[in-house]
Amino acid sequence: MSSHAPIIIVGAGQAGVQIAESLRQEGYGGELLLIGEEPHPPYQRPPLSKKWLFDAGNPVSLAIRGAEALARRRIELKLEARVERLDRGSTTLELASGERLSYSRVALATGSLPRVLPVPGATLQGVLCLRGIADSAAIAAAIRRCASEQRPVVVIGGGFIGLEVAAGARKLGAAVTVLEGLPRLMSRVTAPIVSEAFEQLHRSHGVQFVFDAQVTELRGTREGHVAMVRTADGREFAAGCVVVGIGVTPDDRLAAEAGLPCERGIIVDECSRTADPMIVAAGDCTARRLADGRLLRLESVQNAVEQGKSAAAALMGRERPFYATPWFWSDQYDVKLQMAGLSQGYDQVIVRGDVAKPAFSAFYLRAGRLIAVDSLNRIPDHMLAKRLLDNDLSPTAEQIADAGFDLHSLVRQSA
Amino acid sequence: MARVTYIEPDGRAVTLEVATGHSVMSAAMEAGLEGIEAQCGGNMACATCHCYVQDPWLERLPPPGEDERLMLQNVAAERRDNSRLSCQLIVRPELEGLTVEFPERQS
Ligand SMILES: Cc1cc2nc3c(=O)[nH]c(=O)nc-3n(C[C@H](O)[C@H](O)[C@H](O)COP(=O)(O)OP(=O)(O)OC[C@H]3O[C@@H](n4cnc5c(N)ncnc54)[C@H](O)[C@@H]3O)c2cc1C
Repeated sequence: MSSHAPIIIVGAGQAGVQIAESLRQEGYGGELLLIGEEPHPPYQRPPLSKKWLFDAGNPVSLAIRGAEALARRRIELKLEARVERLDRGSTTLELASGERLSYSRVALATGSLPRVLPVPGATLQGVLCLRGIADSAAIAAAIRRCASEQRPVVVIGGGFIGLEVAAGARKLGAAVTVLEGLPRLMSRVTAPIVSEAFEQLHRSHGVQFVFDAQVTELRGTREGHVAMVRTADGREFAAGCVVVGIGVTPDDRLAAEAGLPCERGIIVDECSRTADPMIVAAGDCTARRLADGRLLRLESVQNAVEQGKSAAAALMGRERPFYATPWFWSDQYDVKLQMAGLSQGYDQVIVRGDVAKPAFSAFYLRAGRLIAVDSLNRIPDHMLAKRLLDNDLSPTAEQIADAGFDLHSLVRQSA
Repeated sequence: MARVTYIEPDGRAVTLEVATGHSVMSAAMEAGLEGIEAQCGGNMACATCHCYVQDPWLERLPPPGEDERLMLQNVAAERRDNSRLSCQLIVRPELEGLTVEFPERQS
């Protein structure tokens, strides 16, 4: 291994740019190379299914960092370059162009890939998924075409991305049907009361829902453009375009092929270290081993940023574990959903606020302790929830249920 | 387009040319300024693009909306009368010379 060789970061996304900048903040003075397959400098993905989708005319900048800002920090950005192989024996990376690059250490920040619908017809024209800028532009164009030709948009998957796209499509004036395989929306991450509030919201904007829908086939026109979606119960849905939002697969291919332990993601510890001391990983491509042995997979900006900071520290030989309360958000119509903590495993849900409006929060408890809060148009609740959870403070169920009790007093008491 | 001056937490002033329609936040992010985090990218979900708007600009800006006012109650640094979220400040030619200061910390 050459210690003069650069640290190479694979993947110029949210986590990749964070690792690069944090390495400089941590005092790394050597060469630093950030390699990305896409043609764009690092950019934010969340707006792609939100504002950007129906409002790309407004020049909202998606950039996380411009090339110049990176150059000033001596971060060499190599775009439109795909790393094909990680060779740990010779400590080199092989690019798709055939070029070989020696590394001193490597950070993997390759993100995730949209899951492909495993049915016939999934590759027809007009069947779209959403990951990058080009996808968002293609979906916006397809939705506009559907709106002008009065053909319905079919969204497969009632999760965050599917629902945000459905809201965008309504804004653009297209008819929308959402097909969800389970009995309710966003069922893996929220309580029924939150799912129901979003179902109501979308219905009031004219979205049609089909639950327990098992898509079996997509059929096309003679020209090979999608025209119809068929479900297991024999129903058929006409489609001017189909947007597939059925989750992502962590892109752990380089690591797996190099023999690093992976299990739906590159396995890292709480400091973003892999099994190889020369290699760290951060963001969507990882699965984090918690102290109790469980694996935690998160797909969020916060996770990419925090794991990125940990990864940079680890490369400098320092431990910076990531314990912060996970948080996430989604925008649908005029409702802002903000989530703090992880609600999996809750045994009690208590609501504060006005469910019908909607302007409420669902407080999730396990064994009497607060573990998560989902807030719909209740910004102060969300900010408070982050503070409570960060400081391991829990109101009692009675305090939460008592609308007259000021939950902020708990934070003030401890401060 | 308008020139916007940012005062970093260490007192350094940086002036950027910001295109009309872009936010004060997004230009600062692209340029890699130190005093801003903007984790949510302008979705008003995180309050980590907090800035203090210098005189005489505060009254020349559209006032904060309800969501922004609520988010401002939860910024990490001291909240002042001239606190704004820079993601909500959209640049227009009339804002030529706008000056904002970043706080000590964002999270
Ligand atoms: C439409 C959409 C909406 C979202 N909304 C939200 C939201 O509201 N809130 C939230 O917190 N999160 C949201 N997310 C998730 C969030 O964007 C991701 O969790 C985050 O981008 C993960 O960062 P990352 O660096 O791990 O991966 P990415 O940002 O995906 O970056 C990975 C990069 O690596 C590149 N790459 C991969 N393999 C290679 C290779 N072999 N060689 C070179 N380059 C490679 C990829 O091309 C990509 O550019 C959303 C995601 C999408 C797609």
